[in-house]
Amino acid sequence: MIAIVDYGMGNVASVRTAFQRLGYEVEITDSIERLEASTHIILPGVGSFQAAVQEINQRNLAEPLRRLAKEKPFLGICLGMQLLFDKGYENGSSNGLGLIPGEVTRIETEYILPHIGWNQLQIENNNQAFAPFQDKHVYFVHSFQARTDQQYLVATADYGTKVPGIVQNGPVYGMQFHPEKSGEVGVDLLKVFMEETNSDRGQLA
Amino acid sequence: MIAKRIIPCLDVKEGKVVKGTNFVGLRELGDPVEMASNYSKDGADEIIFLDISATNEGRQTMIDIVRRTAEQVYVPFTVGGGVRTIEDVNRLLKAGADKVGMNSAAVNNPQLITESSDRFGAQCTVVAIDAKRVGDKWHVMTHGGSKDTGMDAIEWAKEAESRGAGEILLTSVDTDGVKDGFDLALTEAVVSAVRIPVIASGGVGKPEHFPEVFNQTDVSAGLAASIFHESTFTVKQVKEVCTEQGVNIREA
Repeated sequence: MIAIVDYGMGNVASVRTAFQRLGYEVEITDSIERLEASTHIILPGVGSFQAAVQEINQRNLAEPLRRLAKEKPFLGICLGMQLLFDKGYENGSSNGLGLIPGEVTRIETEYILPHIGWNQLQIENNNQAFAPFQDKHVYFVHSFQARTDQQYLVATADYGTKVPGIVQNGPVYGMQFHPEKSGEVGVDLLKVFMEETNSDRGQLA
Repeated sequence: MIAKRIIPCLDVKEGKVVKGTNFVGLRELGDPVEMASNYSKDGADEIIFLDISATNEGRQTMIDIVRRTAEQVYVPFTVGGGVRTIEDVNRLLKAGADKVGMNSAAVNNPQLITESSDRFGAQCTVVAIDAKRVGDKWHVMTHGGSKDTGMDAIEWAKEAESRGAGEILLTSVDTDGVKDGFDLALTEAVVSAVRIPVIASGGVGKPEHFPEVFNQTDVSAGLAASIFHESTFTVKQVKEVCTEQGVNIREA
């Protein structure tokens, strides 16, 4: 069972549907027992970093999520990806889950913000699993981006600056764009995440 | 680089897609969810529903449509029409809409933009502006383009941005329904006045009108309704014409 963390930050119907389309059983939950019983954890989210951290803390989910990310595959989507990092600076500074080294700051670009729309993925570090997605368009909506070491980058997008699109640290993955809103390409990306993590590769650094 | 977006718009009345927004001689075209799903399969980058229901039942039906769309359509979608209060915004987002468009209500109460942006984020707060040329300016129109508010459309776009709108859906009342192409002058005027994405709307009669607005202005997206209905042209055809004319679009 795939658990989608329900913490009051945005609608998750589309995320659930995307995994159901791939044939997985999905549960939307904020229960720690259900998260423990799951095979994969998906952390979605739309809104501001600080508000999300508050919602997670109110539900006492930060510590369990940190622990479970070391035990099973974990995918953060959009704001959920940003929360994987150490710190965010949206509406003041707040601590993230610290599962991938780095910070989340406003995108510095000559282009307009938010970064809304379909942008192309550029595969980083010669990543083999995601290589077929080179130049594929996925749907982004955000004004803040992760700043992390090159080694954690799987794919980026060019928006006048390099915007991390997919990040990874062992079994912890993050997607800045919305795979559930990125048509067939998005569903295929989730499929690769499932295949990669089911193959039991990688340990959290 | 980011792709220019092609957005089909569906006018929905009491749960059915209808042709034309002028309340006489409306013709039902079909189920909104089914049509949105077909457009997305055909390469639509986004879908916009405009709810023109006159009744509360109709607006309630829209919530069900939004819920079903979120489950069955795999591209982002915006819902506009009849959004009056922050609670309306909340209800549509909760049902699964990615963005909510506000028009007359924002004109009457600009605080609605601020509240929506603060509470739900700029990314889902779309301000729809209907503009009509008056002398050497454009005025903001309400009531389906029939009532002149006297407000300057360019200034209003700037205010919407400063209040936290994430996007502007700009309809030219002058070109809407004329099918002779987008209003290039209005589009360029608004695009160069704000630093948020603008969606051009009103005037598409053939696929070539999309590359025209994309090549002559810095607009982010183009919207059309009637040319996509009854398959006069497909989204795929529009994208082919865009590619031929050097516009960066998403290949689905």
